[in-house]
Amino acid sequence: MTDASHYVSLLTVLVLAVFVGFEVISKVPTTLHTPLMSATNAIHGIVLAGAIVIVAQLFGAGANSTLLTVLAILAVTLGAINVFGGFAVTERMLQMFRRKEGGK
Amino acid sequence: MSGADLAIALADLVAIGLFIYGLHDLNSPATARRGNRLAMVGMFIALVSVLVQTLGVGWWAIAVGTIVGGVIGVYAALKVKMTAMPQMVALYNGAGGGAAALISTVEFYVSRGGTVRIDDVIAVSLVLSAIIGAVSFAGSIVAFLKLQEVMTGRPITYPGQQFVNALVALGILALAGWLVVTLGALPVWAFAALLVAALLLGVLFVLPIGGADMPVVISLLNSFTGLAVAITGFEINSTLLIICGALVGASGTLLTILMGRAMNRPLTNVLFGAFGAHGGMEVATGGGGPQQVRSASADDVAIMLAYAGKVVFVPGYGMAVAQAQHSVKALADQLEKRGVKVAYAIHPVAGRMPGHMNVLLAEANVPYNQLLDMDDVNPEFPTTDVALIIGANDVTNPAARNVPSSPIYGMPILDVDKAANVVVLKRSMRSGFAGIENPLYEMPNTSMLFGDAKASVDALTAAVKAL
Repeated sequence: MTDASHYVSLLTVLVLAVFVGFEVISKVPTTLHTPLMSATNAIHGIVLAGAIVIVAQLFGAGANSTLLTVLAILAVTLGAINVFGGFAVTERMLQMFRRKEGGK
Repeated sequence: MSGADLAIALADLVAIGLFIYGLHDLNSPATARRGNRLAMVGMFIALVSVLVQTLGVGWWAIAVGTIVGGVIGVYAALKVKMTAMPQMVALYNGAGGGAAALISTVEFYVSRGGTVRIDDVIAVSLVLSAIIGAVSFAGSIVAFLKLQEVMTGRPITYPGQQFVNALVALGILALAGWLVVTLGALPVWAFAALLVAALLLGVLFVLPIGGADMPVVISLLNSFTGLAVAITGFEINSTLLIICGALVGASGTLLTILMGRAMNRPLTNVLFGAFGAHGGMEVATGGGGPQQVRSASADDVAIMLAYAGKVVFVPGYGMAVAQAQHSVKALADQLEKRGVKVAYAIHPVAGRMPGHMNVLLAEANVPYNQLLDMDDVNPEFPTTDVALIIGANDVTNPAARNVPSSPIYGMPILDVDKAANVVVLKRSMRSGFAGIENPLYEMPNTSMLFGDAKASVDALTAAVKAL
């Protein structure tokens, strides 16, 4: 596959995902907006996967710069904060909803 | 495609399916928890899949970062008070944006070594995700500081602000263009300068926005991070990142628009028209000197409440700050014991996040069916005996309905002024986040009960009990 057609297919995926994002989310009631924002926030924690790839790339290339190694580890750390903290905080918010329903 | 590659691709597909299905489950309170769990499982699968792909290269660096970040993230999430949740979301979002910016930075400098091939698309992606990620990171930190009240929640404005912001944005664009065109042949500091400028823009962008608009801003920054992550996906050729980033970018944008609509303020107004700093300034500063209000004692209010037929609680940020939700529930229980009908009026932007009040009241075990949305509760006010406002201000301001010069004119509000009696629990006569005086307080059927919301509510509960 040529580079151009490869990128066009990635772009297609991007555009389709945008449509799915709008469709799947537009029905959420106001009361769930905060947990929803928190959950989507956790999902973009997938950036951790990107950080892991970049660390592997860096070490694969020799990792001869201390500064870059530190920056790459920092990227992993921030990504991990995003994903683990994001899901934990969402879970805590949603626990409130469960108890509420139990009390009905 | 080898068997391993196929397995990885299929694992990513399963993860993506779980993310989408999880988001779908977040549509309803009944399935929301399952939705979050499904997304967690999806994330686990995706991360295992990417770890397998690294073949253990750089494993210790990955382990150190993941463990440190994971412990910090989970510890903070479990320790944070329910009232501070919005700030936490801002911080986590900032972390994601920072990670995206750092990935681009590392990728850029590694590419200078010539071991990684960079084409035009990757070059543009590097620069874009670095800029957007850094703006999101710095903006989120400022949003956090504002909500945490480390710095003032008021809009920070100065003459020529728009001009300065535009200048910084133009500088970033110029630098970015230069980077893309001459990639590799640049001085080492060029990319660092781009990052610094983008961080500066993030700070400048959020400074002029008032605390009341912070939910909208956090939602917007959330979608920014999503976008940055999607673009990062182009850098490292990962459909997983592209899809997740796009999902979040789309949802964040939509949520931002919905919030802006709930406040009847176009997004451009929120972002560029510092609240209370434009046209209707006379209303904001209230030319007429101190407001004349009637203050009442807890005993007076308790009698009013105990002999009412219907009481509507109107919680706002003051309740969140004072952690008064459990006290409010205790007061409601006392009133219900006496046969008073109790409901809660939830304005879509009460507190600092949509759903903020719901979460807090749910924590105090308030039954779900007592929480009424604005559209459901407004017709109830004319038959309500007492509207008890607990630390809400701007969302009850009748000026939004009848003073066209008011900066919040046109914003849908809770029609508490139509209740037979209005009681306002408030710390002081300080105005709300919008910095606007509230004519509600001067109305003849309004009484003020000054003090910390929790202390006031506790005093009311004790007084009702004693009756």
